[in-house]
Amino acid sequence: MKYTIEEAKLLKKEQLAKGIFRFTVFSPAVASVAKAGQFANISVAGKILRRPISICELDPQFGRIRFVFEVRGDGTAILSQAVEGDIIDLIAPLGHGFDLGDPSLQAVFVGGGIGVPPLLEAAKSYGRNASVYLGFRSEEAMILVRDFAVRGAAVRIATDDGSLGYHGFVTDLLKEKLQNDHVDIIYACGPRPMLKLIAAMAREQGVACQVSLEERMGCGIGACLVCACPILKDGVPTYRHVCKEGPVFNAEEVVWDA
Amino acid sequence: MPDLKINFCGIEFKNPVFTASGTYGFGREFNALYPISLLGGISCKGTTLAPREGNPPPRIAETPSGILNSVGLQNPGVEHFINEDLPWLLEQKTGIIVNIAGSTVEEYCEMAERLSETAVDIIELNISCPNVKHGGAAFGTSCASVTEITGEVKKHCTKPLMVKLSPNVTSIADIAKSAEAAGADALSLINTIMAMRIDIETRRPILKNNKGGLSGPAVLPVAIRMVNEVANAVNLPIMGMGGISDWRDALEMLLAGASAVQVGTILFNDPLAPIKIIDGLNRYLKSHGIARVSELTGAVQLW
Repeated sequence: MKYTIEEAKLLKKEQLAKGIFRFTVFSPAVASVAKAGQFANISVAGKILRRPISICELDPQFGRIRFVFEVRGDGTAILSQAVEGDIIDLIAPLGHGFDLGDPSLQAVFVGGGIGVPPLLEAAKSYGRNASVYLGFRSEEAMILVRDFAVRGAAVRIATDDGSLGYHGFVTDLLKEKLQNDHVDIIYACGPRPMLKLIAAMAREQGVACQVSLEERMGCGIGACLVCACPILKDGVPTYRHVCKEGPVFNAEEVVWDA
Repeated sequence: MPDLKINFCGIEFKNPVFTASGTYGFGREFNALYPISLLGGISCKGTTLAPREGNPPPRIAETPSGILNSVGLQNPGVEHFINEDLPWLLEQKTGIIVNIAGSTVEEYCEMAERLSETAVDIIELNISCPNVKHGGAAFGTSCASVTEITGEVKKHCTKPLMVKLSPNVTSIADIAKSAEAAGADALSLINTIMAMRIDIETRRPILKNNKGGLSGPAVLPVAIRMVNEVANAVNLPIMGMGGISDWRDALEMLLAGASAVQVGTILFNDPLAPIKIIDGLNRYLKSHGIARVSELTGAVQLW
């Protein structure tokens, strides 16, 4: 357990799409030990509960980390009002992130909406061997496409309304990929129905798959046992905790119809 | 230097600040942030005879100045606690309260007997958990059942027995008197207040268990009132809890009649809260020329 409480200065705030913000913060203690897929639990003025927000990018050399979050309720709305220079009080890095394989493996990343940011750091590690499929409601909701492409990954977009890229579900793109090419591992984050479908496709093709899950959280460090999700342990559904044993789980072990 | 030490049930603790059951696990996760030896002690996660999986999620909902929870006593069972968690806890040199819960009187007795053989400091009888179907608060909401369970467990318990009271009763002072008469060595209060929230879009309760327990700053005034009523009704040491967020709240709790405090929900916001409370109490004693923290217990002067 290597997490710390850090008062991180907000270096740069950008709005990537309507209601979606990117914060770059100076957080050297976190940046030096964090791994792709982990998260930070961020304090929000006037709220008891911190907001768990996944780490999007890590820059240990300059002690910086990046988060991308969507305004979903009061807490994230308050957070989105922070200005450059403000202090962001965070506990991080938390949870079990993505297990990254050898960079020579053929890795596929599938993200839906605000499930896209947690995949970026992991995708970077595979360079040109990463195939990235990102699904959004529409072109206006699109985020981080160039950020994925800059490391050489092949990026394809799907939109629900057909305003950009493939008109339909991002899982259709994955299906096509699995039919045509060899894939060693799939990493996915997004709405639960999407993840469930991806898990089924991965299983059918015998491809390893890791998914990042969400649940309402309390302490964020594994003490309060609030963020339970049923995970198979020796074939038996057992409550594990998204904050400590997750957020990334082996898709085969997730009980999808709980 | 003011003296923060307290004597609670004949046991000396280095200060009156404890962490509340269910918010702190068995201390490991917080010990990664600061040494838990700084605390007066911890009240461990509610423990049952057999391991429990707890309730289905969602188990938490945010409320104005508080939270609802319905974890349902997920825990690895008392033997696991004794074998895996207790040895580590003993090395940390902090006070150890074990919170026990059961669905029958016999289960409570068996756990009390088993834990009496160990080096824990205090056994906290949890007869106020609102989130389990059998047992839990059912034992804690009538004077007759409080008398029965306290008396029975006391026969099997050689450790100080602290009965944790539910606020979901008509007269908490009457319940407290029953616990005292049946042999309780101390009382802790309050557990969470039964509550509910509904998602207006899905028209479903936010918690999968429908109802849960309210805690956090919202409940502090209720807790202060109840601790004061109980302090005036019994002659037992009280560990006060319910919404304490900072040293001022803790001080209020002591003045109301508590000898020690437990800090819970605020930990989710600020894991360092108990340490800041200890510092704040120290500064208050110093600036007010008070020699011992124990002088504050029950020092409120009612109108």
